[in-house]
This record gives sequence, structure tokens and C-alpha cells, in this order.
Amino acid sequence: MNAPEKVETSAIGASIRRKEDQRFLTGAGQYTDDVCLPNQTYAYFLRSPHAHAKIKKINKTAAAKAPGVVGIFTGEDLAAANVNGLPCGWLIHDIHGQPMKEPPHPALAQGKVRHVGDQVAVVIAETYTQARDAAEKIEVDYETLPAVTDAVDALKKGAPAVHDAVTDNRCYLWSLGDKAATEAAFAKAHHITKIDITNNRLIPNAIEPRAALANYSRADDSYTLYVANQNPHVERLLMTAFVLGLPEHKVRVIAPDVGGGFGSKIFLYAEETVITWASKQVNRAIKWTAERSESFLSDAHGRDHHTHAEMALDANGKFLGMRVNTVANLGAYLSTFGPSVPTYLYGTLLAGQYTTPAIYVEVDSAFTNTAPVDAYRGAGRPEATYVVERLVTECAREMKIDQVEIRRRNFITTFPYQTPVALAYDIGDYKATLDGALEMADVAGFPKRRAEAEKRGMRRGLGFATYIEACGLAPSNVAGALGARAGLFEAGEIRVNPTGSVTVFTGSHSHGQGHETTFAQVVAGRLGIPVDNVDVVHGDTGRIPFGMGTYGSRSIAVGGGAISKALDKIEAKGKKIAAHLLEAAESDIEFKNGNFTVAGTDKSLAFAQVSLAAYVPHNYPLDKLEPGLNETAFYDPANFTFPAGTHICEVEIDPETGVVKIVSFTAVDDFGNIINPMIVEGQVHGGVAQGIGQALLENCVYDKESGQLLTGSYMDYTMPRADDLPSFKVGTRVTACTHNPLGVKGCGEAGAIGAPAAVMNAVTDALIALGVKHLDMPATPERVWRAIQQAQV
Amino acid sequence: MSTTLSLTVNGKAVSTQVDPRTLLVQFIRENLNLTGTHVGCDTGQCGACTVFVNGNAVKACMTLAVQCGGAQITTIEGISKPNGEMHPMQAAFKECHGLQCGFCTPGMVISAIDLVKRNGKALTEESIRAGLDGNFCRCTGYHNIVKAVQLGAANMKGA
Repeated sequence: MNAPEKVETSAIGASIRRKEDQRFLTGAGQYTDDVCLPNQTYAYFLRSPHAHAKIKKINKTAAAKAPGVVGIFTGEDLAAANVNGLPCGWLIHDIHGQPMKEPPHPALAQGKVRHVGDQVAVVIAETYTQARDAAEKIEVDYETLPAVTDAVDALKKGAPAVHDAVTDNRCYLWSLGDKAATEAAFAKAHHITKIDITNNRLIPNAIEPRAALANYSRADDSYTLYVANQNPHVERLLMTAFVLGLPEHKVRVIAPDVGGGFGSKIFLYAEETVITWASKQVNRAIKWTAERSESFLSDAHGRDHHTHAEMALDANGKFLGMRVNTVANLGAYLSTFGPSVPTYLYGTLLAGQYTTPAIYVEVDSAFTNTAPVDAYRGAGRPEATYVVERLVTECAREMKIDQVEIRRRNFITTFPYQTPVALAYDIGDYKATLDGALEMADVAGFPKRRAEAEKRGMRRGLGFATYIEACGLAPSNVAGALGARAGLFEAGEIRVNPTGSVTVFTGSHSHGQGHETTFAQVVAGRLGIPVDNVDVVHGDTGRIPFGMGTYGSRSIAVGGGAISKALDKIEAKGKKIAAHLLEAAESDIEFKNGNFTVAGTDKSLAFAQVSLAAYVPHNYPLDKLEPGLNETAFYDPANFTFPAGTHICEVEIDPETGVVKIVSFTAVDDFGNIINPMIVEGQVHGGVAQGIGQALLENCVYDKESGQLLTGSYMDYTMPRADDLPSFKVGTRVTACTHNPLGVKGCGEAGAIGAPAAVMNAVTDALIALGVKHLDMPATPERVWRAIQQAQV
Repeated sequence: MSTTLSLTVNGKAVSTQVDPRTLLVQFIRENLNLTGTHVGCDTGQCGACTVFVNGNAVKACMTLAVQCGGAQITTIEGISKPNGEMHPMQAAFKECHGLQCGFCTPGMVISAIDLVKRNGKALTEESIRAGLDGNFCRCTGYHNIVKAVQLGAANMKGA
């Protein structure tokens, strides 16, 4: 045997430039709307102009005669074809153990529309403009009804019922924690701090609008759906088994390049479901791409909480107990994971990084005449962090304890730690991330900077937020016990080609996260081969064994776990093959740096020599071992992962104009082991930008009277632009996750979780000397200016 | 109803019939199948559709194709050298991780090149941020885009 060539050392931990960038930078990406099929038609969805109305009659006669029209379908047509409504993937049981109210969610309205933008009919035509023109000829006779858009209003007696079967608009009243223990903690409190806050409603706004292209094949009675989606297997399962009643194996779902998701592309939506069904009716491919105004109206929105929270403290500022009452807006219908967001993804995070021994939370939830609300980057965890960190900040102010000191005094320092709200943190070092952030943000120099700013007539403020998140969703049995109607494992397949290059098939889906690079690093590092010899395939039910997709910062923790488990099998089989070829005992074979070596000898085989032997099995133990080197693993995590960190924001406010400028934003996070630091930093930057967007700029507003969406375009909904944001200071500290193969925790949502509280704590710090006691997000110049004026009256 | 349109796209002469209400971005994407130019908003705010028209960065969703008769159009597909070597600004976006999902990227790169052409050495972080005001990115928080434009500008001068 020849001595193998030296191969590159581990790729793990290197800021390798991304493999996917070449195609994105040269216009060669293939997003859903870029895909065209022969003879395709175009769909246009006619949407409700009313927030709440009965549909008395739909006349499509004139529209059907319009040029180019191929088909027009309404809710009646779907009902006649036994097409079901869209399912909800998470069942919440209420405070009395009763299942949540789960009214139907028709893919096209049946009898009633419940929010502006609700789908009423689909027009399919030869061109998009013909479909759109024809839709204008559909006559819908509406009888408008009173609407309610705010969750608190919806739960009041006498509010209009969004669903006839849910007269009080309540989906569930849910609780978590020990109420009696919490009341006891409050009874012995030295001090109680109370806050009332809102978590503003957001519209996710991935820059690629939702899009779908469905095709039916008469040849084998099968369907192919291209769709901008974060989890194509889940999309297929929900669509086939619950809505269309199709055999799962007859539907292939492909999520090609996807231009950002942030949660909004997790869900099964009406549009792709309707055109998949309709593609058989018209026997043509059908393309639909949302216009931005449709995205505003029909993408699942995020957040929208009203919360009252109280903290009980002893004389030393130690937290004794916390009680929280939240009202959550679920929108007109239950989106795929909507009910889980303000419950198990929120209440369980209310311990934060602190030892608060007793916590009790109640969440009331309402149907309203607004778009459905579901997971948006962070999903429940930003809302929880905002409650905890706004509350802790006010505690420190009221008790005149330093903001850093009150946090240190209450930090969890021993692990594992069982919180009073169900989660068991495996590991962390909250002092390390706090100290790192204090240094990076030069907190020691803040008083000087504040004094200098005041000389210029500006108000400086410093805000802190520590956070915890539960990522790596999730142990399937735990999630199932909490109401999830799906498993939450991940699948990975390692296909070693005869010449030693590798194709990886992952159930995770990349829509910006750079999996094609990070996962290739994991594989290349383990097998000791160049990163360029590893390609990663994702987003296609026709090529990938199975997948639960990407959300909740789960890809590296769970998807990476599956790939690691498959690599274990590759290595184990490789050792068997090498042992045979090297005429050694299997237990004597070591695999390191891409070489199989007989321990203590120079007898060695390169990875590619072993893979070739697997596919050209001339000298091969065929009696004991199958040829080939292709392994699949399904990995179900043992626990959630718990990324944590400290974010510090410094703002300067012009009291004359109310303009808030972020002069510095620092994030020091613990994501466990890091595969590609460059990509991780990029994820933090993006998350922080969305968090700052929520705190200062973004706000989804419905008119309370008419139910119209007032922020229905980029002229009304303020997206963060380059000149709204500073450069960020980002650092990491590492405690490796104790229970997954790579020791990783996930980094996708941290920025959006920590930033809103850090920013608002800084804004209120800057304004407190002016007498401003409270301000809700977004802290727009108008709101800040008004708050200053009112405080000075 | 259709009208004749003749123009040059990425160095190639094109002459064809178009419906007068066809937007430049539709013409580029649907008639020429150059799908690197994206539509993010239809209303001129997001900048994903930015292309060069006669050397100036233009939002192709706010321009009718028939307004571009005789024009020289360059899309993201025409930015690299014919041998495939990336433009210094494209290379800088890769080097600085100035892109994630890639959807805003073609428009962002064209706006960045335009910014350097218009401002030359005068570019600061502040002027880059102000100059990219018409291009949304939801993924990067702009941090690495700013770094990429600084690097790309430096390398464009050397190019």
C-alpha cells in the first residue's frame, strides 16, 4: 500500500468563505420565481377588502370569459372537492385541561372573510396580468360585519365574534408554573416591581416574497411543488395528509434557493395548497408569486403581546418570584405553529438567566380580524426576554441597584439547572458573556461619554439585556407531550462517491444560513478531506430521506447532529473495510486526518482508497459487509440547547427631535462550539438588526375601526436601512453543549432575542432624567418626542 | 398590442416585441430569462431589481421596458468578466460575507458599484450607509455589506 497523501487539517472552526456565494453573486441562484415549467399558467388570488364580512354571493361569470382565463375556483369548489382546511401543528391544552378552540381555516374563504387579505378566489390564466385583470371582473357580494383587531378588545364582552363557534374569541387561557408558590413569594417580598408593556406586532418581510409553482403529471398521477419554504417535508406532510388527501409519495416538494424566511416560510399557506390542487384541475403548471402588498396582508405576522409583569424581590435585590399575565393575538386563524409561540416558546423562557425560584405565567389568547400570527425570528423567546429584561431593569431602578450588579446577584451559576418553568439548562457561563460584553462595550467609559453628550444637549443611555433561549427543537417526546403534532428530529445522509468526494443530504434547509458551507466543514473536518470535495443538498423531498427543516436555530444542533451520526456509521464501516484491506483487526484501526491506520504502524489507507474499495469490491469481505459507502442517520436530540449572552446598547437621543441614534451595540454570546465564526457573526448581525428594527422602527398597525392594515407597504412599515444601524461589536464565549455530538447550540435568533430589550433599556435610561417613565416599542421620533413633552408638563 | 423594442443587454443586441405595460424588470426576467435581477417589492423601495441603464443604477421595477429603447443595460449576469472572474465588488461581498440569502445581493452589488463610481475616494462608512439607503437587506444587518463596499471600492481603484 502506498502512503496516503497528506490532507488538510480540520475545517471546523475556520471562517471559510461560503460555497453558495458564487451563484448568488453572479445571478445564478434559482429562487422559486426563477423556475419556469413548459406551458405554465399564472395564479392571482382575489383577496378580501374587508376585515370581517359575510360572503353572500360570488359571481364569476364575467371573469371566466375574460381573455386567457384557464380556471377560477372559490371556497365552494374546494368544499365540493373535499379539500380540507389548513391544519394547525400544535395543540395547546388550556388551564382546565381542555383543548384549545380550533376553528376551521379554509384555504379559500367559505361563507365569511375574517381579515383584510383573506383569500376569496383564485384566477388561473395564461399570463399573470390576464389573471389579475380577470379577477377584477369577479363580483363578490359582501355583507360587512364589525371587526376587532386588538386581542384585549377581542376578549371583552360583546366583541364581534371572529368565528361563530368561538363566541368569546378565546383560543385558550393557558398557564405554566406554580401559582401558590409564586403567591407565597410575593407575600414575603420586600419590594414588588410592576410593568405593563406591549410587544409590537411585526411583519417578517423576507426580501423574497412567498412564491410557488405547482405541476401535475398525468403520466404517474403525481405532483411537483416548488415553494419558498423552510421545511419541504413538513409542507408535504401537512398538505397531503391533512388538506388534499393525496398519497404522500405522489407529491414532491422542492424548496430551492429561498430568499430569507425568518419563520414566515415555515408554515403551510393557502396559496401553494390551492395551486397544487388546481394544477390537476387545469392540467397545467401554475405559478404564483406574491406581490409585496400581498406579503404584508397574508404572510404570518409576529409578536403582538400585551403583558403585565411583576417581580418580587428581597431587601438585597434577589428575585423571589415573578408573575406574568400576557394577552396574545393569534390573528383570524391558527397558523401552523401559532398556538405554541405565546405558550411553550414563551412561558418556559421566563426564568431567563436568573435563579427566580417561583414563576407563574398566564397567557390569554384571542382570535382577531387580522392576519394569522406565528413564529417570527425568535418566536416567543424575544417576547419573554423583553418581559424579563424590562422588568429587571425597572427593579434595579426602583431599588437603586446597579444594572449589572442586580443581574450578577441573580445569575444561575451551577448547572444543570432546573427552572420553575419546565426547562433544564444543561450548561452556561453567564458571567463570562456579561464580563465580555462589559469590556467590549467599554461600559466603564460610559459616564464620561454621557457627560460629553450632555454638553451637546443630547441624552445618552445605556441598556442591558441578558437572554436565554431554548433552541435545537426538540426532543420529539417532550415536544409531543407539550402538544406538538410532529416529531422534531432531523435526518442526514452521507453519500460517499467511489473517488472519495461526498454528497450530503440534509433535512435542514438553508435560506441564508450558509449550510452548504458549514455542513461541508463538519463533514470535511471529520473525514479529513477538502471542503470543496463535499457538496450539501437540501430542500427536496425527492432527494432527501426526510427532514423537519430549519427554524428555532435548530440546524447545526439537530441537522448537524444527524450528519454527525451518519458520519459515525461511515467511519465504522470504513474501519471494517480498512481492516480487511490492511489485514488487521478492526479494533486496531484508527481513523484520523483522513487516514485509516493500523495503530502503532505506518500501514495506512487514505479515505478515498477505502471508498473506492467499497464500490469496486474485488478485495472485499462480501460475506460480512455490503458494498458501498452510503449512510443515513435520524437524530432526535436529548434536550433543547440553551444559547445565552449579554447584549449592551448605547443610544443618544436628541430631545428636540426625539430621534434615537444607536451609537454602539455589543453582543457577546455563547453558542457552544462554533463551526464557522464568520457565518455565526453574520447571523448575529442580522438578528440584532431585526431586534433594533422592532425597538425603533417597525410596527404593524391595523385601523381599529375598519380593520384595514395601515402599514401595508414599505412607505408605511419602516424597514431598517443601512443608515439606521451602526456597525456591531460581536464576541463569543464557549461552553459546549453537553448533549449533542458537535457541542453546538445554534445562533440564528439570538440577535433578535436580546436586542429589543437592550435598546429599550437604553432608551429609557436616556430619558429617565427627563421624567419619562414608560415607552413602548417602536421608539420612533414622534413617540419619544411626545413622551418627553408629556413628562415635562 | 405590442411595440418594438431594441436595446443592448449585457453587450448583446436585443430586438423584440413587447406589451407597452411591461416593466423593465419583467422584460429582463421573463423575456430574456435573466433571473438574477429580483423583484422584492414592486414599489421602488427595496432595490432588489437594480440594474445599470446607460451606466446609471436604476430600479427596473420603476421603469417601463419601452423607456429603454436604444439603451445599454447591464444586469448582475453581465458584471463578471467574460471568463467568469468576478468583479472586485462581487469578490469583496464574498470575502466579507456581505450576503446571506442572496436575494437582495444582485441589486446591492450594482448599487455598490454605482456608489463607488459616483463618489470615488470620498466614501466613508457614513456615506456608504447613506448611499445604500435604497437597498433593503433583511439578513445581514448591513454590517458586512458596508465592509464589502469598502473593500470593493479599494479593489476597484486598483482594477
